[in-house]
Parts: sequence; C-alpha cells; structure tokens
Amino acid sequence: MHTKTLHEVKELINKKEISCVELTKSTFDRISKVDDKIGAYLQLDEEGALKKAREVDEKIQRGEETSFLAGIPMAIKDNICVEGLKTTCASKILENFVAPYDAHVTKKLKENDAVIIGKLNMDEFAMGSSSENSAFKKVKNPFDLERVPGGSSGGSAAAVAAGEAYYTLGSDTGGSIRQPASLCGVVGLKPTYGRISRYGLVAFASSLDQIGPFTKDVEDCAHVLNVIAGHDSMDSTSAKVEVEDYTKYLNQDIKGMKIGIPKEYFAEGLNPEIRGIIENGIEVLKKLGAEIKEISLPMSKYALAVYYILASSEASSNLARFDGIRYGFRAEDFEDVVDLYVKSRSQGFGDEVKRRIMLGTYALSAGYYDAYYKKALKVRTLIIQEYKKAFEEVDVILTPTSPTVAFKLGEKSNNPLEMYLSDIYTVPINIAGVPAISIPAGFVDGLPVGMQLIGDYFKEGTLLKVSHAFERETEFTKVKPSI
Amino acid sequence: MEFEAVIGLEVHAELSTKTKIYCGCTTEFGGEQNTHCCPVCMGLPGALPVLNKEVVSYAIKAGLALNCEINKETYMARKNYFYPDCPKNYQITQDETPLCSNGYIEIALEDGVKKVGIHRIHIEEDAGKALHREDGTYVDFNRSGVPLIEIVSKPDMRSAQEAKMYLENLKAILQYTEVSDCKMEEGSLRCDANVSIRPKGTSEFGVKTEIKNMNSFKAVEKAIEFEIKRQIEAIKNGEKIVQETRRWDEVKGETIVMRSKEEAHDYRYFPEPDMVYLEVDDKWIENIKASLPELPEMKKARYINEYGLPDYDAGILTSSKALAGYFEETVAKGANPKDASNWIMGEVLRTLNDREMTIEDIKVKPEDLAKLIELINNGTITGTIAKKVFKDMFETGDNPEKIVKEKGMVQISDENAIRDIVNKVLDENPQSVEDFKNGKTKAMGFVVGQVMKASKGKANPQLVNKLVEEELQKR
Repeated sequence: MHTKTLHEVKELINKKEISCVELTKSTFDRISKVDDKIGAYLQLDEEGALKKAREVDEKIQRGEETSFLAGIPMAIKDNICVEGLKTTCASKILENFVAPYDAHVTKKLKENDAVIIGKLNMDEFAMGSSSENSAFKKVKNPFDLERVPGGSSGGSAAAVAAGEAYYTLGSDTGGSIRQPASLCGVVGLKPTYGRISRYGLVAFASSLDQIGPFTKDVEDCAHVLNVIAGHDSMDSTSAKVEVEDYTKYLNQDIKGMKIGIPKEYFAEGLNPEIRGIIENGIEVLKKLGAEIKEISLPMSKYALAVYYILASSEASSNLARFDGIRYGFRAEDFEDVVDLYVKSRSQGFGDEVKRRIMLGTYALSAGYYDAYYKKALKVRTLIIQEYKKAFEEVDVILTPTSPTVAFKLGEKSNNPLEMYLSDIYTVPINIAGVPAISIPAGFVDGLPVGMQLIGDYFKEGTLLKVSHAFERETEFTKVKPSI
Repeated sequence: MEFEAVIGLEVHAELSTKTKIYCGCTTEFGGEQNTHCCPVCMGLPGALPVLNKEVVSYAIKAGLALNCEINKETYMARKNYFYPDCPKNYQITQDETPLCSNGYIEIALEDGVKKVGIHRIHIEEDAGKALHREDGTYVDFNRSGVPLIEIVSKPDMRSAQEAKMYLENLKAILQYTEVSDCKMEEGSLRCDANVSIRPKGTSEFGVKTEIKNMNSFKAVEKAIEFEIKRQIEAIKNGEKIVQETRRWDEVKGETIVMRSKEEAHDYRYFPEPDMVYLEVDDKWIENIKASLPELPEMKKARYINEYGLPDYDAGILTSSKALAGYFEETVAKGANPKDASNWIMGEVLRTLNDREMTIEDIKVKPEDLAKLIELINNGTITGTIAKKVFKDMFETGDNPEKIVKEKGMVQISDENAIRDIVNKVLDENPQSVEDFKNGKTKAMGFVVGQVMKASKGKANPQLVNKLVEEELQKR
C-alpha cells in the first residue's frame, strides 16, 4: 500500500476496497517499521488522525461528497502550525511550543478532511540543505541511509519517498522543497510567491518563503495545489489571483511549447553525470514536440549573494521573537532581562541559525545597510526583470535542481559555504518569486536526480503540464527506494 | 549673552479605531489582562500583520487637519529592538516614507499668529505594558498593536509656553477630527521634547537633549522650562551640552540623564517584508477631506463673526470639541449666544475648575442651561438667584424650573410687597437716610443691598432700585 500514490489510494477508497481508517493504520504501521531508520517524523498524532479517518469513513458511508484529499494520510513540516500539536521548527528554542492556532494551509487541509498524521523533521528554522541542522535527530535518505535527504524540508521529502505519507507539505525559501525532492526522487513544487498563504508558517525570510507540496507524482501535485492555493486575507502578501483547477493541465500535449535552457546553469560545478541526465531530459521534451531554446540569465550568478543578505537580514528580525520571555525555551540562572535573552538564545539556537542571525544583523546595521541590504534589493530587482524578460521568449525554463546527488551525512557539515552551493540552481527562483518544480529525471549510482522546471508568475499550470508530459514518458516517479 | 531655546516635540497619539492596526482585536482601554489579544498582536510564530485600512484613514484625516501633504506610496518598516513588552522584538512602523509630511499648526502669540511646522506623521503599533510586581515582572498585551500616529514637529518653538500652546491646539484638532481621544492619563497621548539653546539671533542649532516621561501638558511646560534653564547655566559655566536622553522627574522637578548618545540603539530599520506597499489614491484622500469637521480655528472665527463673541471667549469655547459642542447645544436650545458664552465662561467653567472636572463630567444638560438663561431673561428669577439655582443644577442635574418651583425662588415683582420691604429697611437704618440727604449717594447702594438681602435675593433688582430712590426722596 505504501508505494501507491495519492490518486491511486483515492481510487481504492472510492471503490471501497479500503477504508480511510485501514489506510491510516497501514501508514502508521509503515512509519513504525521504517522511521527509526529515516527519522522523518518529529511528532505523530495517531489519535487525531484515526479520528479524522473515521469521520471520513462515516461521511462516505452516508454517501456524502468528499474532497479529493479526504481521508488520506499526509504530514506537515514542523514549521507550519497545526493547532494542538507542537511546532518546533526542529529547534530547541521551540521544543515545547504547542501551536494555539492553525496555519492557513492547515485550515484548508482540515476543511478538506485531510488526515494529518504528524509533523516532519527539518533543518532548524528551515536553514540548511541537508536536514542535519535539526536539533533533535538527522533525517536519512530512503535511497541510501548513509546519505542526506537534502533540506531544509528533508523530513517532508523522505517521508513521501519512503511511503510514510501520501503527500506532505514543506516550505521553500531558497530551494528547501526542490532540492530535497531532487535528492529523494519525489515531486516538489515551490509555487509563485503569494500563491499560498504564509499565515501560520514560522517565518524564516518573509519575502522568499513559500509553502509547497511534496508528492509521489505530478498528478498528485496538481490535486494538493488545488486545495492549498488561494488568497488569504490574513496574509497581505498572498495574491488575489484566481485559483485554477490545476488538474486540467494533466494529460496535455506540449507540442510547440518553448523551453529555455539557461547556459549559466550548465557551467562549472555541475556534476557531469547529472548534466547527462538533464540533457537526456531535454531530449525527451524535444521528442514530445517542445521547442528548445538556449537563453542567458547572467544575473543569476549574483543570486546566492543576494539571497544570503536578504534571507539572513529578514531572519535576524523574524527570529528576534524567540527570546525566552513568552513561550519556548528559557535558560536557567539568568541575572537580568538582557542576560535572559542572551542565555536563552545562545543555548536555544543551533550554530547555523546563529550564523545567519549574525550575518543578517550585520547587514542591517547602521553604516552597512546601504552597501549590503539596499544593494541586494537593487540586484533583486534586476534578477526579477531578467526572469520577466526570459518569459517573454519561453514558456518554461529547464535546469538541474541540484549540482550533486545526495551527499553523505557529515560530508558538508563543517563547510557552510559548500553547503550553501547546494542551492545554487534553486535560490534565483525565490529571489525572482516565480514558481518552480523539481521532478525525478533519472538516477546516478542508484541515487535520484531531479530536473527543475521554472515557470512565469502564477503559471503553475504550465509547469504541471510539462512535468506531467515528461512523467508519462519516463516513469522515473515509479522507482521506489528498497527500504 | 542672551539665549533662545529651540524646541521640537514628538507626540504619540493613540487612534480611536475600534480594532488594532494589524489584527482584528479590540482597542478598548482596560479589560482583563491579556484578553484583547490574538496570535498576531502576541507575535506568535507564524502570525502575520495585515494593515487596518481604518488606521490609514484616521492618519490621513489627522494629516489633512494638520495641513500636511499625504504621501501616496509608502511602506511599513521594522524597527528592531529587544524589550519584553514588544512581542516580536521589532515594532512595525514607518521609516523613510511617513504617510503625511510638511504640515503646520497655528498658535496665537501676543505679536500675531505663528505657524509651527510639522515635519512628519507616521503610523505604527503600540507595545504591551510591563507590570512590575513583587513576585516578578508580567506583561499585558492588551495594548500591543493599538494604532498610534507619531507627530513630529519641526524645531520651531522658542519657549515652553509655545510648546504648551502647540500641544493644546494639536490635542483640540485630534479631538475635533475624532482621530484620538487624547487622554494623557490613559496614555493615549504622549509627548517627548527635543530641547537645545543657541545665542539669540543665530541660526545654527545647538546640541539637543531629548526629554521623556512627561505625563501632562503642565509637566511638558515645566520640564522644558527646567531644561532650558539647565542648558543656559551649563553653557554659562563653560560646560558643554551633551546629546542624551533625559527623564523628567515630576517629584524633584528636574530632568535626569537616562542614556547617552553612545548607548543609543541601532534600530536596523528595513522595509517590513510581511507587508506590501501602501498605496493611497486621490479618491481616498478626497473622501476623507470631505468628511473633515469644522476645525477649532474655523469655529473660533465663526463664533466671533456670527455671534459677536470676544476673541478670547471664542478661543476658550473652541479649545475643546466637547466644550464647543456644549456651547452650541445650549444655543441650539434657545439661549442667546452671548448669554450662553457668559454663563459657560463664568459659572460653568469656574465650578468645573473648582472641582477639577471637565465639561464631559457635567450633569447640567445644555437645554437646562438654556432654560436657566430664559428664566432670567423673562424675569422669573434674578441673576443672583440664578447662580444659586445653577449650583443646585450642578449637584443634582435637575432642571431649573423644578428647582425654582420647589425652593420658591421666583422673583418678586409686586411693587407693594417690595415697597414694604424698602420702608422696613429704611426704618431700621436712619443713618443711611441721613447720609443720603447729605448727598452721599453711596448710601443708596447700601440700602438696595439690604433690601435684596431681606428678600433673599428674590426681589426684582430694577424695581428695588426704583423704589429705594422713590422712598428716600420721600423722607
């Protein structure tokens, strides 16, 4: 059962071949079998999940109409609030923080009778590319337990890959959905900035963060997006753009679509075997009738620098509220309020988080603000213009998702700069705010390789159309880890 | 050398919107601690601010009433600092782009009207309140997220008196427009002052100090006076003024150093990434402009021109919206504007001041005051009696007719009855009769007074005058 997709189990439920309670129980069985090895979950809510599953079964019995997501087990990254469950952001500072309210996406899922089975492990406060920065435990890649699943949404990616949930939610600030999706061989979508409400997502970098789904295939992705996308009056940055039925983009012909290949994304640093896989991918699309066009995105080379200034600056302010005063971890033996702040934050945050808070505080300081933050904002504008211009010429831009396959645990932990380079292909997309998806495109030595498709603003449908065509042709999404 | 002071004021006014600036919680003052809050104003992880459009409207209204330009594209900014009453450890405010700028307030000086410039007005959120108790410090977040405008004046004031007048006029305008209730005791109006001195006649600015913790207009006046004196003495003693923040100590009557410039915060302002740009279009501004009420200056001019009130009286009556409203209601209920003004300027304000009350607290209804004036004018009661009736009205809130009737205060206009009293008084005071005959007209006044006294103030004064003279001539 655990290898089936969301739409496959949906069909079984519709045919009454399985009840939601049975499905939920089987998912918890799967988790108890493999999660000791994977470490995807930080918290499980078996009672709540079964209660919901029973409710849905009753609805079905009564012949009521139910949502596509009704009764199907899913899980949520631990930086998204679910009322009554802990939201730790995999940080000691929030170890015992129980969210008193639902995030917008959680509310949507609950309204659609999703069965929320638990909260997923991640890099602390979504800062990292390997999920090794979790304060509680490391997540392992289901394809190779000695390797990382990517990050920061490593738990979300690994859970889907290992069949511990039919779909999950993650968040993506610089690649945190796409890179782990690539490394774990699943589909991960970062929607357009503003497509999904951030209300209830613990902010890392407000102007870059976006929630998105992890699914086993592209079809499932469209179904989940249908539910979680849309305007929310509680988030002023959420867009008042109408939500389409994304499933209408499935099973479409891509003949004549223009696909841009930015030469800068195939330069030095790209693993040659990955390059080969992506080039194969391009060939597949060409065969399907797409028109391939080389383009240039020269500003992209500044994206990583811009990212680390903007994201760290925003983070330094966003994370200021974790101070030991009102909730979360408070250090013992403090002398006064300043000492309480210093000790609680020094002991409560991990190294990477502290590194970024310091970076951001520095970049925003008097005398440096113009040289760093303001300049980064200007470069951001240039990158946005560059993408807008590119989408006047092409429908979709195709790149690798990650320059490497999953690396070994500990391999990059002591070299933050090398770790930062893992996101070199994904970060520019957040800077521009456009949507991008990572889909399985092949394997190197049994390890999954993802291909990134980038779309114009609010053109998630176009991404799904091309991705689904590719998926139908290649079936890489059908390859499961042996665990 | 003669010095002059240079004063600028920073005023925080709480807006009277029903809900907070970034969430839907009530702004009501008081309430059980931490009951007027939600994830947003408590700064919980994941909560996001959404700008309350009413707040923008109120701030624009204040800006228009204070002659400001309205900036059509502005953004909110974060001001970062750690303090337990600040739940996010940053305040969402405006930095480089205030909503309103370049306005002024007029103040009336002896040598004419002076315009005090307003540099900027921006919108921001209030913080919670730290409560220090014996067993520790607690924070109440009911106030967290209550909308504020900060009104920053230009350094245009030259004396504590001017600063006080600026504040009084500012308060009146904010109350007239119903932008803020400006209750200093509830903290809905707060003021900091920047003070420096320079040799009179020069145009360069001296080093300024910022004074905080002034809890009344009087305190602002006293603190500025003290600070000017302190700075002049320091300069005369050859000391240098240091840029610093000082705290007004009401008990000691002096300003005390709080923190030096070196200890000043680096607030690391940057555009609030959780919010989009705030765009204000012409239609929005025009609608607010059309809704502006008559402002104090306009009202004052109308009282002078239409009612013929003296400048001073018109100024007092329009100094607060409530007082002007009371006056206008009294006139609307039939009182002659001059009589109404005289009564309000006289008995009403005097009694209120004696009791340390304001017009909002008065029990006397405007229609009853109008009735009282009518009772005088139609001869039912005398002016002397009217004052007694007013005292009763002030205490009980009863209407004057009831009081006059119950206490038998109706004026005596019966000639024969008064003549009897006059003769009785003259019989008892032969010396006065003698004095009158000897040409001392003062004696007549004494007799009139005695007659009034004997009638318990009820005798018609004109008749008393007439009859006393008649009877004296007869003797």
